[in-house]
Amino acid sequence: MTTLEPPLHRQLGLTDWEAGRIDELLGRRPTHPELVMFSLMWSEHCSYKHSRRLLRRFPTEGPSVLQGPGENAGVVDVGDGWAAALKIESHNHPSAVEPFEGAATGVGGIVRDILAMGARPIALLDSLRFGELASARSRHLFARSVAGIGHYGNCIGVPTVGGEVAFDDRYEDSCLVNAMCVGVVRHDALLRSAASGPGNAVVLIGNRTGADGIGGASVLASAELDEEEDRRPSVQVSDPFTERKLIDCCLELAGRGAFVALQDLGAAGLTSASSEMAAKGGVGIELDLDAVPLRQPLEPAEILVSESQERMLAVVEPGRVGEVIAACDRWELLATAVGRVTDGGNLLARAAGRVVVDVPARLLADDAPAYDVPIEPAPEPEPLQLEDVPAPSDLAAAWRDLLARPNVASKRWVYQQYDHLVGANTVQRPGGDAAVVRLPGSSRAIALTTDGAERHCQLDPRAGGAAAVLEAARTLACVGARPAAATDCLNFPNPEKGATGWRLREVIDGMSEALRALGVPVVSGNVSLYNESGSRAIYPTPVVGMMGLLFEAAASVTHGFDADGDAVLLAGAATPRLDGSELLGEARGRPPAPDVPAQAALCAALAEAAERRLLRSAHDVAAGGVAVALAESALAGGLGVEVTLPVGRRGDETLFGEGGGRAVVSCRRDGETQLAELFASHGVALKRIGTAGGAHVAVDLGGQPVALGLDEAAEAYETGLAEALR
Amino acid sequence: MSVAVLRFPGSLDHESAARAIRTAGGTAAEVWHDESDLPGGTRAVVIPGGFSYGDHLRPGAIASRARVMDDVRRHAERGGMVLGICNGFQVLCEAGLLPGALRPNATLSFVCRQTTLEVTDPDAPWTRALGAGAHLSIPIKNNSGAWFGDPTTARVALRYVGEDALGSVDAAAGVLDDRGTVLGLMPHPEEACDPLLGSADGLALFQAAVAA
Repeated sequence: MTTLEPPLHRQLGLTDWEAGRIDELLGRRPTHPELVMFSLMWSEHCSYKHSRRLLRRFPTEGPSVLQGPGENAGVVDVGDGWAAALKIESHNHPSAVEPFEGAATGVGGIVRDILAMGARPIALLDSLRFGELASARSRHLFARSVAGIGHYGNCIGVPTVGGEVAFDDRYEDSCLVNAMCVGVVRHDALLRSAASGPGNAVVLIGNRTGADGIGGASVLASAELDEEEDRRPSVQVSDPFTERKLIDCCLELAGRGAFVALQDLGAAGLTSASSEMAAKGGVGIELDLDAVPLRQPLEPAEILVSESQERMLAVVEPGRVGEVIAACDRWELLATAVGRVTDGGNLLARAAGRVVVDVPARLLADDAPAYDVPIEPAPEPEPLQLEDVPAPSDLAAAWRDLLARPNVASKRWVYQQYDHLVGANTVQRPGGDAAVVRLPGSSRAIALTTDGAERHCQLDPRAGGAAAVLEAARTLACVGARPAAATDCLNFPNPEKGATGWRLREVIDGMSEALRALGVPVVSGNVSLYNESGSRAIYPTPVVGMMGLLFEAAASVTHGFDADGDAVLLAGAATPRLDGSELLGEARGRPPAPDVPAQAALCAALAEAAERRLLRSAHDVAAGGVAVALAESALAGGLGVEVTLPVGRRGDETLFGEGGGRAVVSCRRDGETQLAELFASHGVALKRIGTAGGAHVAVDLGGQPVALGLDEAAEAYETGLAEALR
Repeated sequence: MSVAVLRFPGSLDHESAARAIRTAGGTAAEVWHDESDLPGGTRAVVIPGGFSYGDHLRPGAIASRARVMDDVRRHAERGGMVLGICNGFQVLCEAGLLPGALRPNATLSFVCRQTTLEVTDPDAPWTRALGAGAHLSIPIKNNSGAWFGDPTTARVALRYVGEDALGSVDAAAGVLDDRGTVLGLMPHPEEACDPLLGSADGLALFQAAVAA
């Protein structure tokens, strides 16, 4: 008896229908390298075949948008002749296999996306989700991912200014590592990836091409992970020193106008870079694979899809190739003419004098099939019945415990391992609401944040999608910024199973509603599907990366209480609920849907108050509710606070309930009237709740005192994460 | 007035250092590692932070043998002022222009945070204007920032105050050569030259370079 091997296309991840479609489009059977290239370019990771139709629902236009989705990164005008490029991308599957290199190369890839726009990368953020730290595996994945991010970001000299970290058992098998980068470029120096000018040279810059990461996009990122198999050879290896030289050298050459087009080599390597450059420009590209500098002997197909890191592909006029190579020599970087732009529209590759690939570039880059995902709504969960939630016997102890929980506690252990300063433009460092980074040589600044609302998305995906966007906008508003542009990473389980497809659509619609209300376009993004194992699927986790603008960096507001006697107020009128809250610690109940217009108005009021210099502090009320927000503002300012809150339905709900869009703000006592008038003009509730001062965070809860000493709050908050990692 | 700022592949803080020099009223000239001579009229040299040569071999080891370092050595031997910041400090130790060596932090991790420094040797052109006991708020950001050397013979110019010094002998944050004109400093004064960024205490060091 003989065992039948499955056909090659199935081994490569293509369905029988897709293989037939390739034959039909080509009018012949593909060559071996061609089939490998199709399998990668038509993978979920490269083609978004299960999400592409839904992504069209996002608002992507606005007066400030210079480049929307479809390029290496989105670009918006930020004033004074500057533009900002931004993008977020996942490196989830590689990080679950080899966390240090997986996370590090995730940073490297997103930085090259920004560089490909001709922009100087000036800030990084990382959004991380791991299993509970009681799990040794999650402790390992988390600690090594943080080390990898630090290793790469620190060495390339781009400050890691923010991000978020959350832990939940749902991420035990499928951790999330999303990296966001922002860069700046003068309007007139903006580069794009469309190849043009038949006869122009195609130059490969950077590292040699090796066997690392071959098939990463199809093998790793487009299927569920099975713990049994060792897939480490599919993970790329990082070389941040070469990346730094690439940044310096490419920006030097871009500044001289030496590039016609520039593109980074990411998933599917030379295949995706060259086919996308050709398809975008409506031209062809011929590659001479024998000219590609190799680290080891490789087959033509391997050269075409290797995901070796720190490589860029440039289109250069023939007369300037020498100049490009000379500049790269000075930086001790390899630069090699590996092909040329042609008429027609085919991607053609030669090896040993023989044509091994000759296909229309657009078939690879644009014509992957698009599938509808099954839309099967999940049953609506019932709101939590408060009597089903045991009330904490000691509210102060519950407060202290909450402050020490890894999801709430200070993330200093993380960001202390990141250079968040390099470049001398970091106005607000990690640990507050949003990071604030001054634009080089300007008095303006950008504010940056990443936010998710995964438990809410699980319970009510449409409301959760909106809540994630609104939380991002609110954290920007709390530092005094006006939200300007968003980038998103949609991390979901298998969309072909259960209610995931429906959740994906609902999340996108909820996000879109909030983005429209705020006037914020999505300019770039990424989708990561199949984040599930046999036993666990992640929550629907849209991570919203948002950038805001401050006309005066000096007007930015921090979250720490500032001076004894300052008035402390609660902005926003929403009712706190424990459904899906951090106190509850699980996705249970049904959080109220956010009042989108009211929350957009809160953001506008906060930003205007900051611009008019009426705020001494502002802090988003998020995980752990108003009690945690008060404690964080007190700890950041080294100054206590005394407030009075109505007891509501129950003390723990009042203190630790979440949702609805609120902020704890403070102002000078003599500025309270002005602040009240400003908030009233926006139709936003603002209520005086107390006064900053003293050495306690003290709440009078309808006559019942609940208080923590600043020292004990600091002990819990500052050591919680490190203790959990022991 | 003119301060040379060296640049190696992997240098990261050269632009911030140049900006700090200009804020201090001086002129900054970027000097590529492959040059044989410092520019004419160079009064002081700053070796900025970063990961020169990717920290390959040992931090600072390859940069310490760069061509331009021959002229930096001649400049130092003439009594010219040299400031090595972070990786620049590592380069100066590797070049033998400063005593001791920088070891990995006691935490075995990169550490980025604000620190308080105290001037412990005011008898050098770098610290004279500050005076003994002056306190400076300047951030650190490094992997290998623990100075190891003999504090009975070395001149420790600045010490960390009231906190874990990452394993640095004698809590040394900055070390001088015998003459007091070459200073290695682990913290980053170029990140502390603007109140908007949290502190302007680092400016005094660049003012000292400009006054050279």
